[in-house]
Amino acid sequence: MFAFLVRRILGMFLLLFLLSVSVFLLFSILPGDPARLTCGKACTPPIIEANRHRLGLDDPPLTQYTKFVGGVFFGRTFSADSPEPIKCDAPCLGYSFTRHEQVMSLIARSAPVTLFLAIGAFVIWIFVGLSLGIIAALNRGRWADRLIMGVSLIGYSMPAFFIGLVLIFFVIIKWQFLPFPSYISPWENPFQFFQTMLLPWIVLATLYAAFYIRLTRNQVLEVLGDDYVRTARAKGLPERRVVVKHALRAGLTPIVTAAGLDLAGLLGGAIISENIFSLPGLGSLAVSSITDSDLPVITGLTLLTAAIIIFANLVVDVLYAVVDPRVRIS
Amino acid sequence: MTSTSELPLSDRATGVSLDRPFLSVKNLSVAFPTEDGLVQAVDGVSLSLERGKTLAIVGESGSGKSVTAQAIMGLVNRKAAKVSGEIWLDGQELIGLPQHEVQELMGSEIAMIFQDPMSSLHPFYRIGDQIVEAIQAHRQVGREQARRETLEMLQHVGIPAPERRIDAYPHQLSGGMRQRVMIAMALINSPQLLIADEPTTALDVTVQAQILELIARLQREFSTTVILITHDLGIVADVADDVAVMYGGRIVELASTETLYDHPEMPYTLGLLSSVPRMDRKLPERLDPIRGNPPSPIKLPKGCVFQPRCDYWQRVPGEACLTVRPELLESEPDHFVRCHLKVEERQQIARDVKQILAGGPQ
Repeated sequence: MFAFLVRRILGMFLLLFLLSVSVFLLFSILPGDPARLTCGKACTPPIIEANRHRLGLDDPPLTQYTKFVGGVFFGRTFSADSPEPIKCDAPCLGYSFTRHEQVMSLIARSAPVTLFLAIGAFVIWIFVGLSLGIIAALNRGRWADRLIMGVSLIGYSMPAFFIGLVLIFFVIIKWQFLPFPSYISPWENPFQFFQTMLLPWIVLATLYAAFYIRLTRNQVLEVLGDDYVRTARAKGLPERRVVVKHALRAGLTPIVTAAGLDLAGLLGGAIISENIFSLPGLGSLAVSSITDSDLPVITGLTLLTAAIIIFANLVVDVLYAVVDPRVRIS
Repeated sequence: MTSTSELPLSDRATGVSLDRPFLSVKNLSVAFPTEDGLVQAVDGVSLSLERGKTLAIVGESGSGKSVTAQAIMGLVNRKAAKVSGEIWLDGQELIGLPQHEVQELMGSEIAMIFQDPMSSLHPFYRIGDQIVEAIQAHRQVGREQARRETLEMLQHVGIPAPERRIDAYPHQLSGGMRQRVMIAMALINSPQLLIADEPTTALDVTVQAQILELIARLQREFSTTVILITHDLGIVADVADDVAVMYGGRIVELASTETLYDHPEMPYTLGLLSSVPRMDRKLPERLDPIRGNPPSPIKLPKGCVFQPRCDYWQRVPGEACLTVRPELLESEPDHFVRCHLKVEERQQIARDVKQILAGGPQ
């Protein structure tokens, strides 16, 4: 188990390294001159050159990369030789000259919103997806199964922005059950926080739950036909125990662990849901920095999202090894 | 097509006729409704078995042998399948029993060993815990006591160092060891009837014999009645008292093992016997497989189910094999055959085939 962990963690760092190199290369060969973008309309070549130097873009790519990585671990200073140097503390993911703010602090401000959004939705979709999926599987072919599968198909085929807009129109505008969303931290005003987050949670959870219902149903049906479930029946165990202890334990394990990856994917920002409900999360940050061609922010967000997914992958693998004894050895 | 006239015959089918055999199956039918039509997996099977004896049910895949076994065990899903007929075990009829009573019998009075011991053990639980669970499903026994019993049983089925293996996971054991664990689990509540569904098919040849010997030894010790399901006639001769050959969901020949090996009568049985490779045989060099494939259970032939693959059906006058389902009839005492051919003709064919197999004149 220990060797397994060490191997996986080393692998994770290798992957992160390769990833940062490729992201960095990708953004340095992209068309568009970041230095040109930092100065508005009244631009002259000398200003662009000065900006290029301030951004460190006149360094060779390798130097740029080492400076970037150095910044992540030890912090760095932009335009150190100018009268107003800009200090960026570790972990420094860069500095946005468009917003005049460190990328890290931009992310730190938006991340909690996305975190609350993703985790809330995750709880709902896992609960709804698994329970309805199990009910459908155990009632295969009967009306409960058909109803659940029908509803999940509808939920699955509707785009997030559509569900979101319909909910806003009815719940907020027409019936006025909820006020217009305006994000506030839960520590400040928990009630308003829940009022704001309720619809985004539902929208996001609907999409995933619809998928997880199908996934769970198929998985449970498959496991119910497995030989060891037949063995459990042959022991004369009550059906309830056969289903819960033998079938579900084996059938749901891969689903729950895989759900960890979906959650990780969301932590990089739920772009559509955040935008519909004007939540200032990572998704909104990504969209606005792309419209502004704010390269440092885009780079930082890309790396962060990828790092989260890689890390979640590791967590999922370790979890799986804990639950399934077969993984531990091989 | 299965007339009631065969029932009294089959009741006496195996050996000494007691008034009440230990296990008696009467006109058992299992059908699965599917989208393509009704799959008649088992059609009017009748057999009986005395306490302590071994019955082998032999047939190809899809012959209905496993479904028959699962129906006796009570494992056929009643929501998905139509089960009819009677199964009497020690004076108790099983098909009419409510589900919770079937559950009480499963694993205590009737136990089952399955084909693939890897997939039949739960991959997430230690083998000891899986056996303990089987004990506690039927008896009010503390965990300590159950574990002691498990340890004893593991030792008994020939697992070396059971005190270490008891906490192993199934994937840590070899195929033969896993099947021993399955046997230990099946026998832990001293069942009266043990159904072994192809217990050696998934195992190495060297291990197969050990497992069969183990089953035979435990059968003697616990005086268990055994139903052995197999497609391998080679292993039947050593262990079974009686053999039922199944084809297309029906029993086509039923006799004591000696009778069946000595003078089989049904052409299908002949085919099975000639496809068993034997070292003592000189000629022919090639094995004689039965040509063709088993019939689709949805579209069974109208006449004899075996007719499309039979080499001798043209010897029956009037194309009876194409139009009329043959009955399972007694051709000599305790030897039942489902075939339109005349008895003398069948016996002649059997002699001819034997001679060819023995390397005689062709």
